[in-house]
Amino acid sequence: MKVVSFLVLWLICPVAVATIDAYPFPDETLQVRYHEIIARLRCPQCLNTNLAGSDAMIARDLRREVHRLLLEGESDEAILDFMHQRYGDFILYKPRLMAGTWLLWFGPLVFLGIAGLILVIIVRHRKDVITPDVDRSRLDTLLAKHRRGQD
Amino acid sequence: MMMNRKLLVPLLVFALLMMLLAFGFSLRDPHYLPSELIDRPFPAFALADLHWPDRELTEDAVRGNISLVNIWATWCPNCLVEHPELMRISSEEDIPLIGVNYNDESAAARAWLNRYGNPYEFSIVDDAGRLAIDLGVYGAPETFIVDSNGVIRYRHVGPVTREVWGEILSPVIKQIGTPG
Repeated sequence: MKVVSFLVLWLICPVAVATIDAYPFPDETLQVRYHEIIARLRCPQCLNTNLAGSDAMIARDLRREVHRLLLEGESDEAILDFMHQRYGDFILYKPRLMAGTWLLWFGPLVFLGIAGLILVIIVRHRKDVITPDVDRSRLDTLLAKHRRGQD
Repeated sequence: MMMNRKLLVPLLVFALLMMLLAFGFSLRDPHYLPSELIDRPFPAFALADLHWPDRELTEDAVRGNISLVNIWATWCPNCLVEHPELMRISSEEDIPLIGVNYNDESAAARAWLNRYGNPYEFSIVDDAGRLAIDLGVYGAPETFIVDSNGVIRYRHVGPVTREVWGEILSPVIKQIGTPG
């Protein structure tokens, strides 16, 4: 029982951390958008956490800015732009498509293509190996002889 | 013999991968973020002066001279580390230092400057951290070099030590100071 309650506590802990500063919103859609946006922005201080999951001072300040911009009626894209103008590509968890990120976006496709090519080469090569020029009748007589020998 | 050579292939691939990763990790400090604000004008603001709360400061206050804008706070241990060097710069070097007191209590900030000395011409009270966000600041201390047109030319993250001044800031300031 103790173990179960410990596990339950352990599971709800991150949720508790993330809701330290509950900002009031006039309606639920804004609140939903708020949580989506702070999940898509990286905390500049702590490198591998988003704004939603960070307790750093800068993350708190940026969450407050997101809240303010939402109440001012800004669109999601405008808020992401606001952050991008100040903190650069780093702040966006999903990198934008541009010259510098081309490899990031299409690299996996290139690798998939290479893998496919290698697969085709291997399969073709194998076909050559498993269709040897066998003398069928000679093989049959040899097999028949072998079976007779076993009886 | 042919078989043996094939066995070496995974080892070779592994060695190559290790070299690539070693290169990637040594490439740069992951905490270093390039500033988006280089060559952009200092963001607009209207905030109080730390010592004269009735006086409103705007972005015009950082125009006219090449200046160092230093983000500092009493809660920031590295600000105390760089403080002696800032004191030296303010007395020995020919460049004004402007403070941005970031997310701080003004009374505590004034007491801090009384205790350790005040290297700043004036300090801007950014108690909500709004100016810091417009500057793309993510911690303290950070130091910006702003030219006489109020354009941000350089950003240094972390304490300004004697070495940072001599090897980074001073050469950049000299380069900005010589026209062309």
